Amino acid sequence: MSTAVTSAAKVPEPIATFTATFIIRRFDPEVDEEPRWQDFDVEMRATDRILDALHKIKWEQDGSLTFRRSCAHGVCGSDAMRINGKNRLACKTLIKDLDISKPIYVEAIKGLPLEKDLIVDMEPFFDSFRSVNPFLMVAGPTKDGKERVQSPVERARFDDTTKCILCAACTSSCPVFWTDGQYFGPAAIVNAHRFIFDSRDEGAKVRLDILNDKEGVWRCRTTFNCTDACPRGIQVTQAIAEVKMAILRGKP
Amino acid sequence: MSLIEAPRSKVASPRKKRGINWEKWGWIYMRFSGIVLVVLIFGHLFVNLFAGRGVKAIDFAFVAGKLSDPFWFWWDLAMLWLALIHGANGMRTIVNDYANRRVIRRILLGSIAASTIVLLTLGTLVITTFDPCPAGAHPADVPSFCKER
Repeated sequence: MSTAVTSAAKVPEPIATFTATFIIRRFDPEVDEEPRWQDFDVEMRATDRILDALHKIKWEQDGSLTFRRSCAHGVCGSDAMRINGKNRLACKTLIKDLDISKPIYVEAIKGLPLEKDLIVDMEPFFDSFRSVNPFLMVAGPTKDGKERVQSPVERARFDDTTKCILCAACTSSCPVFWTDGQYFGPAAIVNAHRFIFDSRDEGAKVRLDILNDKEGVWRCRTTFNCTDACPRGIQVTQAIAEVKMAILRGKP
Repeated sequence: MSLIEAPRSKVASPRKKRGINWEKWGWIYMRFSGIVLVVLIFGHLFVNLFAGRGVKAIDFAFVAGKLSDPFWFWWDLAMLWLALIHGANGMRTIVNDYANRRVIRRILLGSIAASTIVLLTLGTLVITTFDPCPAGAHPADVPSFCKER
């Protein structure tokens, strides 16, 4: 009983807070002709994330601030945005990892049509994702209707690219995608890679043919922006290079 | 057994086969010529600037001597063609990436192609037809070693 009293008496030290300045690129299509930068001062803790700052702004300062977020824990891929010039997930970027002596710049990801504030139209991104047939392609059912057997080694071959959450951080960091909206972009190639190197899949030929297009993998300039941007740590540029080699070989 | 139809897609639709895949071969060419050019260019720089008496050895006779040797003749010819096409293809890539307007794109690509062809023709002509002691030239205009012949 006495132990409970002493531990209750021990008041946890208040966590230090500080004021961080955020400069957010706002755009309201009903009012603005051009996007404009607006700054907010927010009371933050070192353990807070950029998403917490956006919440605080939306809930306490300006309810019109618009952004996407769903799970808020780095799994759904809704809140990719450009933070201090780098594509990051707002829910995975901690304040303590940023230099708060300077303002923190937050804007929507580049290369996709801006709809409002931090929201872009993701349809062109999903269109190119769709066009690589991102699903298991098989000729028919297996014998006796049994499962398709795969060894751990065969599974490990494409493990890295199964981690993609389709947040568009890679594709919207790609300088080729910025200037050429026709390019498939890293994310679509990553998701093609996931099935091309899957031992159970039989559609590799179709996908390699699609990516051998003028706007396919050959547009990749190996700038590594995508690998740098990926919040899941996928080796995107390596995956693209493996697809290039698969096209040259004619098979995975 | 019914399979789900492939989703609506602008690319996945059956496309007609169009001749040579230039993007693919261009990419392969850049990789291949890049590796060869590293050897060719650094070999060239080493022999011209470092080996023997170094950079002081370079004069008309040095170049003439090199071009009369079949080894250096083929070395220089390979370097000229690989490097010029490598560079031109690189510039074509940049134009394709950044020149969006059709007219400007045409003009830029056309001038790159034209200048490449002119430079390749001129360079090849110099390398293949070079004669340090042309017949009938004024003795004062040709290097000293021509008299010994």
